[in-house]
Amino acid sequence: MKPGLVCKNLTKRYKNGPMALDNINISIPSKGIFALIGRNGAGKTTLTRILATELLPSSGTATINGIDVVNEAGRLREQIAILPQESRAVQWLTPRQSITSYLLYCGLSLREADSRVLPTLELLGIKKNENTLNRMLSGGVKRKVLIATVLASGSKVLFVDEPTTGLDPISRSELWTVLNKLKKDRFIFLTTHYLEEAERLADMIGIIDEGKLVALGTLNELRKIVKYGYSVRILQKGVSVRPRHGKLIVGENGFKQIITTEDEADRLAKRFIRDGTRFSMNPISLEDIFYYLVKKPIETGEVEEDEGGW
Amino acid sequence: MGRSKLSQLWASVLINAIYSMENYPITLVNTFMAPLSILIIITLVSHGTLLSVGLSGALIMTMVTSGIGLQADLSHLKNDFKVQDMVVSSPTSAFMYMLGMAVSEVIFSLPAIIILTILAVLFIKVTIIGAIVIFAVMALMFSFSIALGFFLSTYSTDIVQNYAFMGILSIFLTTIPPVYYPITYIPLPYRYIAYLSPTTYAAEIIQSAIGYLQLSTLTLAVDWAVVIAVAAVLLTLSIKKSRWRES
Repeated sequence: MKPGLVCKNLTKRYKNGPMALDNINISIPSKGIFALIGRNGAGKTTLTRILATELLPSSGTATINGIDVVNEAGRLREQIAILPQESRAVQWLTPRQSITSYLLYCGLSLREADSRVLPTLELLGIKKNENTLNRMLSGGVKRKVLIATVLASGSKVLFVDEPTTGLDPISRSELWTVLNKLKKDRFIFLTTHYLEEAERLADMIGIIDEGKLVALGTLNELRKIVKYGYSVRILQKGVSVRPRHGKLIVGENGFKQIITTEDEADRLAKRFIRDGTRFSMNPISLEDIFYYLVKKPIETGEVEEDEGGW
Repeated sequence: MGRSKLSQLWASVLINAIYSMENYPITLVNTFMAPLSILIIITLVSHGTLLSVGLSGALIMTMVTSGIGLQADLSHLKNDFKVQDMVVSSPTSAFMYMLGMAVSEVIFSLPAIIILTILAVLFIKVTIIGAIVIFAVMALMFSFSIALGFFLSTYSTDIVQNYAFMGILSIFLTTIPPVYYPITYIPLPYRYIAYLSPTTYAAEIIQSAIGYLQLSTLTLAVDWAVVIAVAAVLLTLSIKKSRWRES
């Protein structure tokens, strides 16, 4: 598949500010979901805004489906739609009015815009709210209205910055189903704090930390970056453990996690069973990879690396 | 203008005027309350002698506050709902967005404009040329305030700050300057301060057109020059320097 998004040495430094993006290099396919994950302030939104032609980079280049985000922004804007971070449904509009007006901004005729409203609302399960003022809707439905607004555009490239924030687990799962359907014939650039969301949806994942892209690949490829394939979590406090191989992470809450090899995980599991220690053992998840690469837990905690035994 | 451009213009009109008026009719009343209330006070205090001047002042106020109101509306849509971010990434240009929003403000102000125009026709005796002059000055004042509103809104980050700024601008452009009363009411040394506001020049032209003020050709020429220059400079500034795509 030909590359859809290509970034070469993309850098952004705000005036008198820190380096927000530092030489980002990406080359990923033109269809499917790319999830960008990172801590708050890591550079996710800056990268999203540059690619969505809202913000100019300081240096470097980026193209989407061969179209330059800086020099051909006008052409690119005919193919993209963005759901910005912290966007809210305009409270004095109804869902129908929200979608219609956005589609008009996209250049559709009023008739065409009108015809797209109901199918999109139906897709997200909020058809019955069509003519209710947005301010009267629950937080989750308001979020769905925003998502419906960009989906209705039919854009080949969608930027969705933390789209499921504020959605309950069922609504979130429903949206995942929708995004999974949509990704078959378009490119979705997703930023999220929910690692499970990225794990379930993304065909490609990027991990960004302090403006640097520290990992890029499929989940399986990311697993290979981490030299350990298993995660052992100790589900009770006060257990002394010194793994022979791997990384011991102590969270702020005092619970310990060991990212290690299959053999070492097996050995630890046998020991915990013998001692009656409660634990869980799994192949490493995206969350484990994230912790491993970003070096510290999402909540502040200590990181220890150890090669010795106990 | 292609169909898509018209759609983009119409989108702003729908969001900022039609849907808003449809869903919250009370906003219609709000648009003509301010100019009408000052007109009533001026007319009562002057025992009716300043009715025509007050009417022209109310028209100027309506046009200027429309533009200033645009600043608050745009800022609200940009900062609180991120609508501008979505529009920047769409095929709509900054110019079309501003134009659409400007038209939406005119539509929003239509109730006030209609009422004041009816009163003007009834109470102000004016020639055809005078009527054209009044219309031209109103259009220039509207352009000036729309450009000012758009320019400021693209830099705003906080709606609370914006509302405060809007109130201050409105007072300094329409309430205090000699818009509802003739400049001759201001003692001479202080008259020069009034000339810091472009609305003073606009009011002079209109008060001259309705026969209330007798101005020399030179004064009128200066008034026109200032009004046109201010509108042109702000329109250029809003097109060239507004922060649309951020750097």
